[in-house]
Amino acid sequence: MFESFDATILARIQFAFTVSFHIIFPAFSIGLASFLFVLEVMWLRTGNRVYLNLFKFWMKIFAIAFGMGVVSGIVMSYQFGTNWSVFSDKAGPVVGPLMAYEVLTAFFLEAGFLGVMLFGMNRVSRKLHLFATGMVALGTLISATWILSVNSWMQTPAGFSMNEVGQFVPENWLEIVFNPSFPYRLLHMTLAAYLTTSFVVGAVGAFHLLQNRANKEARKMFSMALWMAAIVAPLQIVAGDIHGINTLEHQPIKVAAMEGHWERQTGAPLILFGIPDQEAEENHLEIGIPGLSALILTHHWDGETPGLKDVPASERPPVAIVFWSFRIMVAIGLMMAAVGAISLYLRYKRCLYDARWFQRVAIAMGPSGFVAVLAGWVTTEVGRQPFTVYGLLRTGESIAPVEAPAVAASLIAFVIVYFAVFGAGTLYLLRLMKQGPANADDQVGKPIRTAGTTPAPGLKPKTIPPQ
Amino acid sequence: MIGLPEIWAGLLALAIFIYIVLDGFDLGVGLVFPLLNSDDDRDVAMNTVAPVWDGNETWLVLGGGGLFAAFPLAYAVVMPALYAPFIVMILALVLRGVAFEYRWRDKAHQPTWDKAFFFGSLFATFAQGVVLGAFVQGIEVEGRAYAGGWFDWFTPFSVATGLALTAGYALLGATWLVLKTEGGLRDRAYALARVAGVSTLGFIALVSMWTPFLSPDIAERWFTFPWLFFVLPVPTLTLLAAAALVWGLYTKRDWAPFPSTIAIFGLCFAGLGIGIAPYVVPRAITIRDAAAPDSSLMFMLVGALILLPLILAYTAYAYWVFRGKIDPSEGYH
Repeated sequence: MFESFDATILARIQFAFTVSFHIIFPAFSIGLASFLFVLEVMWLRTGNRVYLNLFKFWMKIFAIAFGMGVVSGIVMSYQFGTNWSVFSDKAGPVVGPLMAYEVLTAFFLEAGFLGVMLFGMNRVSRKLHLFATGMVALGTLISATWILSVNSWMQTPAGFSMNEVGQFVPENWLEIVFNPSFPYRLLHMTLAAYLTTSFVVGAVGAFHLLQNRANKEARKMFSMALWMAAIVAPLQIVAGDIHGINTLEHQPIKVAAMEGHWERQTGAPLILFGIPDQEAEENHLEIGIPGLSALILTHHWDGETPGLKDVPASERPPVAIVFWSFRIMVAIGLMMAAVGAISLYLRYKRCLYDARWFQRVAIAMGPSGFVAVLAGWVTTEVGRQPFTVYGLLRTGESIAPVEAPAVAASLIAFVIVYFAVFGAGTLYLLRLMKQGPANADDQVGKPIRTAGTTPAPGLKPKTIPPQ
Repeated sequence: MIGLPEIWAGLLALAIFIYIVLDGFDLGVGLVFPLLNSDDDRDVAMNTVAPVWDGNETWLVLGGGGLFAAFPLAYAVVMPALYAPFIVMILALVLRGVAFEYRWRDKAHQPTWDKAFFFGSLFATFAQGVVLGAFVQGIEVEGRAYAGGWFDWFTPFSVATGLALTAGYALLGATWLVLKTEGGLRDRAYALARVAGVSTLGFIALVSMWTPFLSPDIAERWFTFPWLFFVLPVPTLTLLAAAALVWGLYTKRDWAPFPSTIAIFGLCFAGLGIGIAPYVVPRAITIRDAAAPDSSLMFMLVGALILLPLILAYTAYAYWVFRGKIDPSEGYH
């Protein structure tokens, strides 16, 4: 079935497949680690058992999600070499050290303290346990910082020179790390991770509220998640806007693809619907709002915006994918903001825990963050094609000297193993979420306890109770 | 002369050695896993490594990432050359890694995840051993790229090193269990460690005698002055460590076999290093040729010198928290 593909396209499919699976877990665990830290702080400060139950519940979910993130991440760190060795040779002197810093400052921190967090509750003091949780949360954020710096450098390279064998040689590390698109991308992704987590937590809370609206744990997590959504979703729209304006400055063709604009023009319309045609260099069935795109991008009704035809066809990304993935991301972002706003209104009306329809909406929105994160990454990664290092190193020139059958065979192996392993993992996550916090402490297979039983009798003064 | 490339070669060698020892024992627990007596013993064995396994595997990421960062050319040559074993290794690590959590979450399919844990550990270990053997026997390079075929790595020698590492990791795993457990499980671990120990020592002898015949360069290192002077302590000390291992296993001093095994691994690793230096891809690319520019190496070195001691300190702390014999009733699941 792969005979018509060359090694490059197969390697691209493999990278897209493995990195898409991988990003799902960090997108969730970055937010979840911070959430766990907040829960533990709240428990230690208030002594309210609800926070402890929530902490223990989400910790089990974190353990599975984090494990899947670790193993799918190892794949990434080796795939650069197996499939993209020319890229590795040339860009390694710049991006390699950033990734090495990610390992040294983040991965070890997370992994080192994860064991203490998961298994150390009755072995270390409460404060040390909280410290461990904090270090895991900090590790996830540091990790995001470095890897987004790497990705941003590949989008907006800075602070380097070229040597005689064609390698990128670092000249100024501050310019490399803080390259032009990095701060915006970091902010946008971190907020995305927090939003993703809050909608998952909100959905689980809503599910258990539907079953029993007096469930204290469910009420607490539902409320916390929606506060987060109400505050972060509008912030994310602002962050997305300034990230877009930064992209307009540094990668105008990507923005033209996102907007579906073929011509450089003033007062460009915001295209709501259209079917971009790469060959004909136009959109079919286009519906747009005149001037709105110019207003959003330049903050003037008659501002000038770039068009895909500004560059030769060989330097344009696949427009339809970028155009549509961008619209999916934006639509979900707006829906998230709407959910946040409705939650504030319901809170004001004092019926947040009683509006059944809204809890159903919250359940439906549970996976929305993952879809938005994937759509956003598809937008930015497909949008910077056909380059791996933007404007400097083409994707087709980055490939390892691999043959198509080798890449095809490994791709098939990845697809099979990933669907089996991460399919099962997702099933276990959903199963745990369905069990909910009140009875999540029961061992699998034992009869489920009645709701409301607290699983931690007999608190000792200085230690967190074992399970 | 010692410059930044040599310092980084040393640091990477250290990271890889730490990886081999740490993930070696937890992969090793996976290797002996089906040979334990009961499901309860398997639960306990799993829990001895559950708090530390992903920290251990992080050293592998540092090894890969560090090679990418410090010697990008070597990374760009070695990965495509050893494509199949590396893909097998990472897929196997995926399978065994998730088993740590999954087996507790799904009682009905626990045997399935236990199999995933065993076969994942087995394939990851064997693939690592093959990588080692294929690396030592040499990689064909032209210009800045791998120039050989897709199955060049597959030779009798690389299969032998694959089996050797499997025996070695099983020994690390079994002696780790001797150290961490009590009662019937420990007795079983002693028995397994004896079998694994004999196999490991046999494979070390085989690979040591085979290696010099791979290339005249290696033979020259091992059998001529002044190299012989530096080289001779390695087999001598290996014999001493082997004696300590045997003594520990037969007099049942729980603490002794594990460090003795680490010493054996360390000496084998040093022996390999002697055969390879100053190359980073044996007899094809030197450390200097493959090194990233000084601006990359210096930037990383500052961080590494500050962070590695910190990492070692809190890793040691994490091990300290879970020190001593494991309490079979513990676990958060």
